Parts: sequence; C-alpha cells; structure tokens
Amino acid sequence: MTVDSNPIIRLTAAEMASKLQSGEITSVELTRAHLDRIAEVEPTLHAFLHVNADEALEVAAEVDRARAAGGQEAEKLHLLAGVPIAVKDLIVTKGQPTTAASKMLEGWMSPYDATVIEKIREAKLPILGKTNLDEFAMGSSTEHSAYGITRNPWDTSRIPGGSGGGSAAAVAAFEAPLALGTDTGGSIREPAAFTGTVGTKPTYGGVSRYGAIAMASSLDQIGPCARTVQDAALLHELIGGHDPKDSTSLPDEVGEFAKAASTHDVAGKRIGVIRQLSHGEGYEQGVLDAFSSSLGSLREAGAEIVEVDCPSFDYALGAYYLIMPSEASSNLARYDGVRYGTRVLPEEGPLTIERVMAATRAAGFGEEVKRRIVLGTYALSAGYYDAYYGSAQKIRTLIQRDFDRAFEQADVLICPTAPTVPFKLGEKMDDPLSMYLNDIATIPANLAGIPGISVPAGLSGGLPVGIQFLAPAREDIRAYHAAGALEHLLGEKGEAIWQQIPELEEVK
Amino acid sequence: MNDVAPLGFDEALEKYEPVLGFEVHVELNTKSKMFSSAPNAFGDEANTNVNEVDLGLPGTLPVVNGKAVESAIRLGLALNCSIAEYCRFARKQYFYPDLPKNWQTSQYDEPIAFDGWLDVELDDGEIFRVEIERAHMEEDAGKLTHAGASGRIQGADYSLVDYNRTGVPLIEIVTKPITGAAGRAPEIARAYVAAVRDLVKALDISDAKMEHGNVRCDANVSLMPRGAETFGTRSETKNVNSMRAVEHAVNYEIRRHAAVLEAGGSIVQETRHWQETSRTTSSGRPKSDADDYRYFPEPDLVPMVTTPEWIDQLKGTLPEPPAERRRRLRTAWDYADKEFRDVVAADLLDEIEETVAQGASPAVARKWWMGEISRLANARGAEPVELGVQPATIVELNQLIEDGRINDKIARQVLEHHLDGQGSPAEIVSDRGLEVVSDDGALTAAVEKAMEENPDVVEKVQGGKLKAIGALIGPVMKETKGQADAGRVREIVLEKLGIED
Repeated sequence: MTVDSNPIIRLTAAEMASKLQSGEITSVELTRAHLDRIAEVEPTLHAFLHVNADEALEVAAEVDRARAAGGQEAEKLHLLAGVPIAVKDLIVTKGQPTTAASKMLEGWMSPYDATVIEKIREAKLPILGKTNLDEFAMGSSTEHSAYGITRNPWDTSRIPGGSGGGSAAAVAAFEAPLALGTDTGGSIREPAAFTGTVGTKPTYGGVSRYGAIAMASSLDQIGPCARTVQDAALLHELIGGHDPKDSTSLPDEVGEFAKAASTHDVAGKRIGVIRQLSHGEGYEQGVLDAFSSSLGSLREAGAEIVEVDCPSFDYALGAYYLIMPSEASSNLARYDGVRYGTRVLPEEGPLTIERVMAATRAAGFGEEVKRRIVLGTYALSAGYYDAYYGSAQKIRTLIQRDFDRAFEQADVLICPTAPTVPFKLGEKMDDPLSMYLNDIATIPANLAGIPGISVPAGLSGGLPVGIQFLAPAREDIRAYHAAGALEHLLGEKGEAIWQQIPELEEVK
Repeated sequence: MNDVAPLGFDEALEKYEPVLGFEVHVELNTKSKMFSSAPNAFGDEANTNVNEVDLGLPGTLPVVNGKAVESAIRLGLALNCSIAEYCRFARKQYFYPDLPKNWQTSQYDEPIAFDGWLDVELDDGEIFRVEIERAHMEEDAGKLTHAGASGRIQGADYSLVDYNRTGVPLIEIVTKPITGAAGRAPEIARAYVAAVRDLVKALDISDAKMEHGNVRCDANVSLMPRGAETFGTRSETKNVNSMRAVEHAVNYEIRRHAAVLEAGGSIVQETRHWQETSRTTSSGRPKSDADDYRYFPEPDLVPMVTTPEWIDQLKGTLPEPPAERRRRLRTAWDYADKEFRDVVAADLLDEIEETVAQGASPAVARKWWMGEISRLANARGAEPVELGVQPATIVELNQLIEDGRINDKIARQVLEHHLDGQGSPAEIVSDRGLEVVSDDGALTAAVEKAMEENPDVVEKVQGGKLKAIGALIGPVMKETKGQADAGRVREIVLEKLGIED
C-alpha cells in the first residue's frame, strides 16, 4: 500500500487552500484524491463510520464553479473553501447519519445541523464523512465503538487513542487534511499525541457545543484536528465564535490563531513545566526523552523554562471520573427507545414503557457506557451527592486555582499529552482504571475550562509522542503561539513528525 | 383501612386540625418556550409547536427565555417575596415518556423568589394570609393521551404523546404549611387559588385559564389531632383544575383522612387524582420524601444574576393588587354585591372598567357586557372577551340610544351586525337605515292605520285601560320595521284620543 497515491493529499490544509486559490488544483480533484485514499486505507484503518462521496464532490464542484466564475462569487469564498474535512460522528449532521458509535442511534439522521457544521457548510468545506469514536465519546482508545475498532496508522496493531481516534487516524493517514473532534477529558489531544497530529481543545465556550452529542456538558468542547498547528488554527478560526444557541458560549471575538501559530518567536516567553505532569509513575522513558528534548529546543530559542506546582492535580482524575459520569448519566437518559434510534422489545412478558426502556438500554448501550451511567447515577443519588459530586466540584475549584497561580509564573504551561505512546489493541480493555490513567495530563484543562493543544514532538520506539501546551481561559492564542513555535523548531531540525508516517501494513 | 367511608366534615373538624399546602403551576404566556424559540401556543395540531430542543434531540442545548425570567421576578415581587441575587437551574431526573430528555429543567435549592405572602379574601371579607415558601421557574412536560378502556396509563393499549406543551414556561408557587384554617380550609383553598389566578392575570404573565391548564393546583392535606403540634402524613391531590374542584378536593381529603385515622388506620403518603364526577379522590402513586430525583445544577445553562436596578425597574411595572382593585371598583361602581360577584365570575372587570373609562355609566357598561355580549358569546361558544368587542364600540352604541337615534332592540341588532364585521355601530345604523322613525307624519299614518285595524283596542284605551296601548304599538312597530320610538307612538295615540296621560 502506498501513501503517495496522489501527492496532493500530503500537503497541509493551508497549502491545499493556496493551490485551490491559485487554480493549480480543483476542489473536485482534491476531494477525489482523498476519497481514493479513503477507499485504499479504510479496509485497514476503519477511521470512518460513514463516507459521503456524493455530497463531498457536490460541494467541491460548487466551490470550483464559484472560483471559475471569478469576481465577487470567488472573492466571497472562505479561505478554506474546497478543502475537505472529516467530522467526528458525535457531531450531528443533516443528510449524513450520526450514531455516536452507539447501537442506540443506529440509523438515526439528525434533522438539524450542529452550529459548527453550519459554519463548515457556509464556508463550503466538502464533508467527507463521519469518523469513528468510542461510543458516546467514552474511552481513550476507540475500541469502545459499537461499529468496530479504528487502528493507528503508525502501527496498525495499536490503538489510535480515543475517543476521537477516527478523526485523528483519518488526518494522520492523509484521508482528510482536517477533522473535527470533541474533547471532554482529552479526546482530541490524546489521539493527536498517539497519531502524530495536532489537536486543540479550545477554551470552554470558545466553540459552540450546539449539536455535539453531550457526554459531560460542563467539560465537552468541540475542536480542530489537523496535521499542523497552522491548519488547526485556521479551522479553529472558522468554527469559533459566539453562538446564541449555546448559553455557555463566550461572547468573545474569534482570536487570530493562525497568525499566532506562524509567529514562531518564543524568546523571553516563560514556559511552565507542571511538576505533577512531567515525570513519575506511568510515564514512559521515551515520552520523557521527547519532552526534555522539546524543552531543550524551546530553551535554545530563548524561552525561559520554569517549574510550576499544581498540587491539586493529584485529585484531578478522581474528580473527573465523578463529574463526567454524573453528567453523562443525565445526558444519556434521553436514549430510551421512545422517540428515535433503536427500540428493543423485551423478549417475554408484558410490554410496558419501563420494560421497553430497560430492554432498549440493555441492548443499545455498550459496556463502558453502562459502567459510566451506573457510576454517575450513584454519585448523584441522594445521600452520596455531597460525598462524591459535591466534593468533585470542590476539587475542580482547587484545580482552577492551581492553574491561576501557575499562570502567574508562566505564559503557557507544558507537559507530555499522554504518559505513554499508543498501547496495543485490547491491551487495556479489561482494565478500565489503567485506561482512565491515560487521560491524567489532559483532564485538568477540561476541569478548568482552559485551552490545550497537543503537538507532535518526536518519536519513541517509532511511535509519536505529543507535547501539550496549556494557556489561560480565553488565551488560546498563547497556546497556538507556543505550539507553532515548537513545531517550527522541530521542523527546522527535520523532525516534523506527521510527514514521517510509515506505510500501512495489511491487517488480516 | 383506606377504603372507609369519609367522615362528615364537621365531625372531622371536631377532632382534627387540617394543615394545607399548595403547589400552583402557572403556565406563562410568553411568545416562545422556556428554553427554545418554538411557539408557546395552546390548541394547535399535535407536535407542531416543537423544535429539536423541545424534543430533547441529541446535541441540543437550552437557552433561557428572558421574558419568562422577568415574569417570574414580577410574580415573586407581587407575592411579596425576596428575589435571589443569583440563582441556577437544576436537572430533576425521572423517566416519563412525555419528558423528552428524561429530566425536567427546574429550580431546586436556588429558586428565583422565596419567602413571601399573599393575602386571600374570603367570602365574608375576612383576610387570610398565606405564607409563600418559594416561586421557581421550570418547564412543562408534554401531554399523554392513553388509548384504552380506562384512559389511564395503567392498562392502556398505547399512549399518544403531544409535545406541543413541552418546554412551556411554568412558575411553581409553593406555600408554607397553612395552619389555623380549621373549618374554613376548603374555602381558603378556593380563595387562594382564585387569588393566585387573579394575580397572574393582573400581571398579564399568564392566560390564567384553569380549563386550559394554565393554572393547575396540587393540594396537600394532612390532619393532626386537635392540640397536637406535629403535622400528620399528607396526601397530594394532583392537577386540580378549577377553583370549585380545589374546594371540594380539600373538603373530601379532610373527611377521608379523618375517617382513616378514626378507624385506627394511618394515612399513606401518596399522590391522589381528583375525580370530578364523583367528587372524590383516588389513589395515585406512592410518594415519599426520599424520591430521588438526583438533582444537580444544569451545566448547559449559566447562572442567572439579578441586579437591584433590574428588580426596581420591574417593581415599577407591578399592577394594582387584584383585591385592592376589586374593593376600589365595587365602591366606585356602586353595584349590588351579587351584581359585582357575577361580573368578577364572568371575568369582565377589565372590560367594564375600560368601558366606564371611555364614558359609559357603570350601569350601562354592566348591562351590555353581562347582558347582550355575554349572551352572544354564549351562543357562539366563546368567552365574552373573545368576541373582540371594544369598549369604545359599546360607548358609541349607547350614545346612539341616548341620542334617540336607535332603540334598545335595534341596538342589539346593530351589535350583532358589528360582530359580523359590518362596521362601526354608527355606520351600520346609517348603511342599513335603522334610525328610529321620528317623522311624525309617517308615525301618525302608521298609528292611524293601527287604530283603524284594531277598533276593540281603541275602545279599551278610551275606556281608561291605558296599558292596552301596547297592542297598538306592536302593529306600528311592524309597519315601521321596528324603527319607531315606542314612547312617541304612545304619545301620538293619546293625542289622537284626546287623553291626558
């Protein structure tokens, strides 16, 4: 199998956009190249749950027509018009199925578009299809999809990360230059780290959540997946901004992320190494080596590296695994077989609403989803609320304070995105707790609502390592600036990771 | 034990002290729903006033209706409540097919209004103060129609769901336990619900039609032996939807509780359903204080903050309290007690007040609204206000009568033509030539004709039976197509016969 079926798929989204504008390539050509690539590698990777070639090509043709027409119509086109995109199947789309990788929503077609999808359609990015994920975004490996696993393009015996493994794998394997993900505890950043791509979790409220199927409302955030920081920034600028349909959406103007990503100047910037997330149990040596080499590059470029202390982070995982399932247990209550999606009738006995609901949920939800619903229901129940949910919210406040203090000492914070490189498929399926540990470095940002970006920063044993930059809430621009700088420094040394993706082996 | 026949009311009261509590749900008349932009309208085709938010579809998010918050604050102020500076919505989780998200967005430990009171006027004018615990905002659920013999969910073959009502903004007003009501408990129950209804109507925050479910009352009743201090176990009669029914339900529950307690039984804490036909309640589902709704703060909504300036501004929009207004109008209009009560019962205070304000006398205003307009409304199966008669039209109509241009009977016809869209009263009178015939020549001719054709009547009148003139007026009216002035006809007859009146 060859990655160079058509070399244009190896360009960055920004380069594709520029070639579309200059007329060197057409969107139809570009979209078709990606569809060809999808046809070629999907049997191995299974990054997509649904591909909609017709719709994508139609939009591409529209862009080409507008561009050919010239004048106002061509000028009105968005910078990224004609650049294809893939969408995590947790984000609702009209005309393409949305399943959240659950049996519960098998065959369900949303009658409305998510706000980010409206923006994508408005900007005329051909939507290639819907990407795989852990069911209802619950998992860190994309092994919990009801429709089969996704493989890591770097090593197809390994997981691509989760829950947005489909989007990350699609971008890493040149099936799509851009993708949308959602990040509740690291579901954009962790798969980005595991696939050698860039993933951003924006400031909470920076991108509308309207139309993202909720797992944990106070933590969920839609964000961009791309191969470069610049590409992620461009997509972030497109999907960001205030949405009156989302009460938690911020009123802010969208920042100039792409400009920040291309500045590359870190001289005099203070970069804070989070003591709790830069070493210790569970951290692989290869990851730590890549991390210290990144720090070295940044220091060489004139950045000041300081160490910051975030003592409450020791409790972040515990707090997260109470708040997330509590909210999830509530958000998932609507899947009852009454109005849409799967309905399963009890095999015997009377046909009452309670029994239909129970049979539907028993058959429709996977194991991890059930585990979290039970956990969350328990944590919220009378008599346990204060001990669990209440305490977790207090820890959340402490974590926010830790960040506040840390950002007094540093412009941005840095740590490895995940303590390890991607593990083997099936390796942690029977050990949910060890799987949860994987999110230790990404979770604090969700609890505090701050932005985080994972950039590829070297390899460990031939597998990508991600480095995460964190910035204060509403200062996504700082994270783009630092992430762009690191990417640039590594690129100068010939260590740009995403271009080094190995050939995909056949998988039986 | 719970099936014993209810005790007599007086007997029950001799031994037990009733404690009441009410939860009144008020549906707000906002244009859109509590958390979505779908229309808030009653009576449309099922499942048409809904969007993806109301249906709780995956990915949807709520947005708070600012107008509903304003209504809640105004109601809170009118109920003499404190208004929270900061409050939140919470999710109240339970499974029911008319609740699309399987949780209700409501307020739990942070209601927008709390600690108030409402003075309730009883039939004899006595004022009873009901303490208000809280008034909080929430959303309504959909409506289920159970297909099957009983019409109840138990044993239904299937149920139809109409989500039009889903997400309609509600305010739930919860009283503190009401003690000291004694034998007046049923009357207090009715008067309290009436007072709340009048209040929300005066505030113009609800259509306040109990028959449409705009105002629904859950009535809690418990009994404690006379002299005791601990409340008894309560029952909660759900969704009682008329003032009369609330009164009856409280009466029945007092008698039922007393009978159970007298027989040595104990009251089961449960919800009960009001049966209008038998005027009894029947057992619903058991309800304990430990019902676990797993409340937690709604993460999809940001907390609400009320500023003192905003509250002051809303205070300025409060209407005259309904009880005070009624007292003022009763004095000003000088109606008999029954007349006034009937006007209140017919919901026509606003219309009569406006008609008087535009120049009619209170008596004339009452005559038209309580008489012809109510009659026409009744015939057309509508409420008087729904006919759309403007107070100015009544004033104009009355002026035509006072000017002698039409008589009462014609005026009634004119009103009917007006309702059929034929123009203003004056236009109708002139277009249709309905003016009273005041031309003596034409009248005299008609009178002479009538006298010629009815010699026996003429004889009677001449014989001193002046009342018999009526028998001549009829034919004259017929001759003039009803447009004769009856008074003038009488005068002409007397003139002709040379009789002094």
